[in-house]
Amino acid sequence: MSTTGTKTSGDTNTVTDAAGSLSTHHDPRAPVSIHDMTVAYHRKPVLWDIDYAATEGRLVGIVGPNGAGKSTLIKASLDLIPKASGSVRIYGKPYKKQRKLVGYVPQRESIDWDFPASAVDVVTMGLYGRMSWWLPPRKHHKEQALHALEQVGMADLAHRQISKLSGGQQQRVFLARALVQDASIYFMDEPFAGVDAATESAIVALLNELKARGKTVLVVHHDLQTVREYFDDVLLLNMRVVACGPTKDVFTHENLQKTYGGKLTLLVEAAEAIARSVRGGP
Amino acid sequence: MTWTLGDTYVVIIGAMSASACALLGNYLVLRKMSLMGDAISHAVLPGLVAAFLITNSRGVGAMFVGAVIVGLITAVFTQAISKFGRVEEGAAMGVVFTILFAGGLIMIRQQADHVDLDPQCVLFGNIETFYSDALIGTIPQAGVNLAVVLLLDALFVMLLYKQLKITTFDPGLATSVGIRADIMHYALMIMVALTAVASFEAVGSILVIAMLIVPAVAAHLLTDRLPVMILLSVTIACIAALAARVYNVYAPGVFGSGIQADTSAVMAVATGILLVGAIILAPERGLLSQALQRIRLALRIVQEDILGLLYRQSESRRTGSPTSEAEALLGNAVRGLVARWAVYRLRARRLVKVDHTGSGQVALALTDKGEARAARLVRSHRLWESYLAQHSDLPLDHLHMPAERVEHYISPEMVDRIREDLPEVDLDPHGREIPPPDAES
Repeated sequence: MSTTGTKTSGDTNTVTDAAGSLSTHHDPRAPVSIHDMTVAYHRKPVLWDIDYAATEGRLVGIVGPNGAGKSTLIKASLDLIPKASGSVRIYGKPYKKQRKLVGYVPQRESIDWDFPASAVDVVTMGLYGRMSWWLPPRKHHKEQALHALEQVGMADLAHRQISKLSGGQQQRVFLARALVQDASIYFMDEPFAGVDAATESAIVALLNELKARGKTVLVVHHDLQTVREYFDDVLLLNMRVVACGPTKDVFTHENLQKTYGGKLTLLVEAAEAIARSVRGGP
Repeated sequence: MTWTLGDTYVVIIGAMSASACALLGNYLVLRKMSLMGDAISHAVLPGLVAAFLITNSRGVGAMFVGAVIVGLITAVFTQAISKFGRVEEGAAMGVVFTILFAGGLIMIRQQADHVDLDPQCVLFGNIETFYSDALIGTIPQAGVNLAVVLLLDALFVMLLYKQLKITTFDPGLATSVGIRADIMHYALMIMVALTAVASFEAVGSILVIAMLIVPAVAAHLLTDRLPVMILLSVTIACIAALAARVYNVYAPGVFGSGIQADTSAVMAVATGILLVGAIILAPERGLLSQALQRIRLALRIVQEDILGLLYRQSESRRTGSPTSEAEALLGNAVRGLVARWAVYRLRARRLVKVDHTGSGQVALALTDKGEARAARLVRSHRLWESYLAQHSDLPLDHLHMPAERVEHYISPEMVDRIREDLPEVDLDPHGREIPPPDAES
């Protein structure tokens, strides 16, 4: 999985995994750069040796079959789940130091929508990082939140309880919240899943607006039909990076075959073997 | 029996511990961690005993330290067992707290000579002792502890309101704006452990569990705003404390002394009753309001059905087509009580009028306004039938029932969209005319 230990040969170009030299793998200009990241659930690797660097100001689609590790890639990049190895840099620095530059839109199902809050409450939460630790939100915070809701066409539903919104409307609340975070990089986990046509076009308009403001947006996406239309770059993922780069070059029939078709049985088998031997099973 | 200063004391103590629990309970309930309150309030027992054995006194400080340590152990072990034992968190919690609680009981029994703790008191508390304290004129130490803990809980919930809210609603977002969800989790656990210990002596662990969960659940039913929910939960907790003591003081006078029970037990029952009240009476989510909504809908449907039938009746008279069987039912339908009421409403709304025929019989007829309204319904119905016929292979006799259902719910916009989908269709699949869009405002 990783190059542990120091090579003793006379080769001066050898790079070790010593913490100090890690930064040499990362381009400080890249909004997101992932080096040799492996992620495991219960010791069973689900992402192998991911190397990836995003280009600033692009809309990136993360595409791959179910279980390819798309959400895992995002969560591990944001330290929401632990990495088995490897490192992630946000503009050349660890995520911990760059939190404010990063906005995150989780999957809609990951949230309990029965929570007693209105749409504007939820959007205001996106500003909590920039408020005083002890004081309640100020008037201008609320105004900012309302403005963001207006931008996603939700102004008249701002004070409705969130469980009384439709799926598409809930998704727009999340997007408004991402907007107020005013980050440089956005990670969005399946924002298009299960939304109506009006919301879908609202999301696309918003993505383009973010791009026009120079933001980098990484979007987990399921619908292969729209990839070409929506995204500048694409990252094809199936437990490892199959291909990445500009959509017109990378989103080819051949690469899709590699991503979705021929199962990488060896990767799966190796992962299971690792899980088995770590557990001490047969 | 009469109310004395002692009774006031008992109510204050009960209300303080119930409020302290209810404050934190809101977040346990919203985090779907109700069982964690249960777990911690049991698990602190060995911590209390250990603290007692080590310091050889019932010092407040040592007790709290012991409780907090064991409370944290519970939270950490639960996570560890669910992770490494691969079981869901509820099961892991059940394992941890039962073992710790049992361990605590064994420690009490083993050290019975040295420990001035009574398992009975741990379960049910000892709220009645405050009664005599008051009469002697002393302020009990347990009351002071409770007041301090209640103050701490209130400060915790108020000052860290944003942090608790965001880490409860969306831990991922919280972490991404720099608010550590795991730290808030353990902070909440520590506060629960503190509150459980402070409440033990007064009301016992059973009531702690009830007060951590029940007021918050009831409050959640009654509102969809978090600050209101927190205030309501505390109000419910206080009402329960007051009601329990009022019951214990006055009920024996009415029903005989056999009815009196342990105050903290009555408090738990009182919150239960308040919860049932909330389940029945809550706006929107309550059983009563849902029943009313269903009745209102049913009555609307009956009214609309009558309008539709009258329309079809006059239509078949106009076209000379045979009377449909549904229409023949109208005569029967209006005899029922519901239908009578529906006809009354329709007349009041000036949608239907009564025509007196020559032979002394009465017949219902649509007014102009009713005619337009009915045409709209029939239009929805027949368009829906046409739509189904177009897009599915259902046989003709399968089309009426779904349309009969859908006609009551379909919005004018949807009707317009079906119309766009079927621009050429003028007759429904049964060959009847689809009424044109009306001018009704």
